[in-house]
Amino acid sequence: MIAIVDYGMGNATSVKKAFDALKIKSLITSTKKDIQVADKILLPGVGSFGDAVDALHKLNIFQIIEEEVGLKKKPILGICLGMQLLADSSEESIGKKGFGFINTSCKKFDITLKVPHVGWNNITHNNSILFKNIPNNSDFYFVHSYHFHSSLQESSSSLEYGYTFTSSLESKNIYGVQFHPEKSQKYGLELLKNFGEL
Amino acid sequence: MLKHRIIPCVLLKDWQLTKSVGFEEFRTIGHPKVTAKVYNKRNVDELIVLDIDASSLGKDINFKTLSDIAKECFMPLTLGGGINSLEDINKLLVIGADKISLNTIALKKPNFIKEASNKFGSQCIVVSIDVVKQNKHYKVFNKNMGVLEDLDLLEWAKKCESLGAGEILLTSVDNDGKQCGYDSELISLISQELTIPIIANGGAAEPMDAVKAIKSGADAVAAASIFHFTQYTPQAIKKALQKEGIAVRI
Repeated sequence: MIAIVDYGMGNATSVKKAFDALKIKSLITSTKKDIQVADKILLPGVGSFGDAVDALHKLNIFQIIEEEVGLKKKPILGICLGMQLLADSSEESIGKKGFGFINTSCKKFDITLKVPHVGWNNITHNNSILFKNIPNNSDFYFVHSYHFHSSLQESSSSLEYGYTFTSSLESKNIYGVQFHPEKSQKYGLELLKNFGEL
Repeated sequence: MLKHRIIPCVLLKDWQLTKSVGFEEFRTIGHPKVTAKVYNKRNVDELIVLDIDASSLGKDINFKTLSDIAKECFMPLTLGGGINSLEDINKLLVIGADKISLNTIALKKPNFIKEASNKFGSQCIVVSIDVVKQNKHYKVFNKNMGVLEDLDLLEWAKKCESLGAGEILLTSVDNDGKQCGYDSELISLISQELTIPIIANGGAAEPMDAVKAIKSGADAVAAASIFHFTQYTPQAIKKALQKEGIAVRI
């Protein structure tokens, strides 16, 4: 069972219906017990980094996720802001600490193109396990203003919008995607299936 | 590279999905859930559904049916019609919408655009502008309020942008449902003055119309009749765009 963490930010319902369509068991939850019992954790998220960190602390589940993922090595997939929370910090909310599973800080886009970066954009991936059966250069749906830089060793795909940046991460049990697989049609569902089958 | 989008735009009326002609006659195109499922299968880039019973008849937003539609969509979904409060927006986002289209409330209370985009982000707020041509002049039209004589179209579009709209859904009422092509002049007039994306709507009859609309400055094209009453699919339009060197998601 996958615990879809509901902390009042981001659309847990859309992720749940994607897993339902894939016939993968999942549960929308914000309780410590469900997160501990689940095989995997999915962290969605739309909104600001600092608000998300505060919301997770307020629900007393920040530390639980930290333990389940950091110590017990439970697989986690962060989507969009959920991926950024895997970092140490973000320029969006100076002083707020993320989970720090990935030692980096998220940056704001420094480009002349429109921000947020919204729409379908194609990625180049390194055939990591999440991209099984997904052709290289496939398009995914993005909505974000902050991003991971491209030179991370944990980067499993990248794309270009103004410059090149990381569109997904993979490091042992830690996975993150900057795009919204639940809104990215068949290849998005394929990616969620790959996570479900880990 | 960011892709230009092809977006089916359908109306929810009397529990059915419909397509209007000049905003008046309505033709039923099918059961909402089934139609959404078909569009999902066809791998469309996005879907716009406007609940016109809620906006014209003042009925409550049909959350149940919109939620059924959302369940079938694994692509970005824009919902609109009858929105009166930030709470309405929140409820639509919770059932699975990604963007919210505002029309009447934006005209009545322009500051609502600002409140909504501050709370939910600009990327979430689409302002729908319906346009009619009168004596060679473009005028803002609203199906509940009629032609807004005192409102300058270009000023209104710019104001929507400055208040925080993330996109404009620009519909030519004259061309709506007529399958006579998009109004290229209107598209270029608005897109030259705005930096936010313009979704052109109203009049698509064949794939070349989409090519023309995008070359006139539209970022995306919305359509309905072409998908329901002709042999063309969203994919056929994309192939035509690709042939013209326009970036699309195939």
